[in-house]
Amino acid sequence: MESSEQQRISRLAAVKAAFPATVPVLTGYICLGMAFGILMQTSGYGVGWALLMSVICFAGSGQFVGITLLTAAFDPIQAFLISVMINARHIFYGLSVLEKYRGLGRERAFLIFGLTDETFSLVSSLKPPEGTNRHDFYFWITFLHYLYWLTGTVLGNLAGNIITFDTTGIDFVLTALFVVLFLEQWKKKENRAAGVSGILCAVASLAGFGPENLVIPAMVLLLIVLLGGRRRLCI
Amino acid sequence: MHLGPLQSVVIILATAAGIQLTRWLPFLLFPEKKEPPRVILYLGKVLPAAMMGLLVVYCLKDVSWTAAPHGAPELLAILAVVVLHRWKGNVLLSIAGGTALYMLLVQAVFA
Repeated sequence: MESSEQQRISRLAAVKAAFPATVPVLTGYICLGMAFGILMQTSGYGVGWALLMSVICFAGSGQFVGITLLTAAFDPIQAFLISVMINARHIFYGLSVLEKYRGLGRERAFLIFGLTDETFSLVSSLKPPEGTNRHDFYFWITFLHYLYWLTGTVLGNLAGNIITFDTTGIDFVLTALFVVLFLEQWKKKENRAAGVSGILCAVASLAGFGPENLVIPAMVLLLIVLLGGRRRLCI
Repeated sequence: MHLGPLQSVVIILATAAGIQLTRWLPFLLFPEKKEPPRVILYLGKVLPAAMMGLLVVYCLKDVSWTAAPHGAPELLAILAVVVLHRWKGNVLLSIAGGTALYMLLVQAVFA
């Protein structure tokens, strides 16, 4: 009895710790999710379709590209390959949380499914607070993000035309989130070389390959730099 | 709808499969029971900071630096986030402040 009561308290503490951390993502996902819902609507796909896509994909840029695939000539193989390339950066997220997500039991599949840019950023930057179970903390971050994304999708698809105030620029909330989490990583001296490498490789790739093809060359470059600097970074 | 319902379902499934493959691949390559190679553990340590830097640039990839306002709203708002975060160290305040400034800049100042 007592242990289940303790578990309940620990779980509650995990929700209380996770929710404030997800508030910027709440704003970002509701807005982006709505944008996705609206675009699906204007492409002729109602709320069931929009929700289906958000439920099984749970990805921002991936789903926006998905809309263009739905409005192009029918080519599922190309759709699959393009989706892999657009989301290739997620491979690095998995590598980074292999240890963190070890031994999480049945929640692990859901955490891997929901490893978005924002979920990865929070999970890799924040420490689960004292007295909370790390499983619960990671689970709630992922689950709340999923909930925000689905809510935004439905709202946008059903009621996108109701919004009358100007929300231009609100999507900057996610840029700001990444900047803040970059600064949090920066606090540890041993992270600085890697952080600067990330920026420089992405800028070099942007200059060389343009905004459409930025991700994969940046990842390859980053891999070369990080592996080449392994001795020097000596971790 | 440009495609029929069945074709639409196939495209949505193919998109989901592509996205999810990128999330599952590392976990499939390095299953829980086996200790991953040291080089992978090393990458796991340095990648979070590196990817945060990459994501910031990724968010700014569509800014046109050569045409007015030359990325000024983005740079000013990021500066605001950095200053706020150094000053107060409050994650939510830094993000809200930077976003509010950005919205003001793109809606009223550089509109």
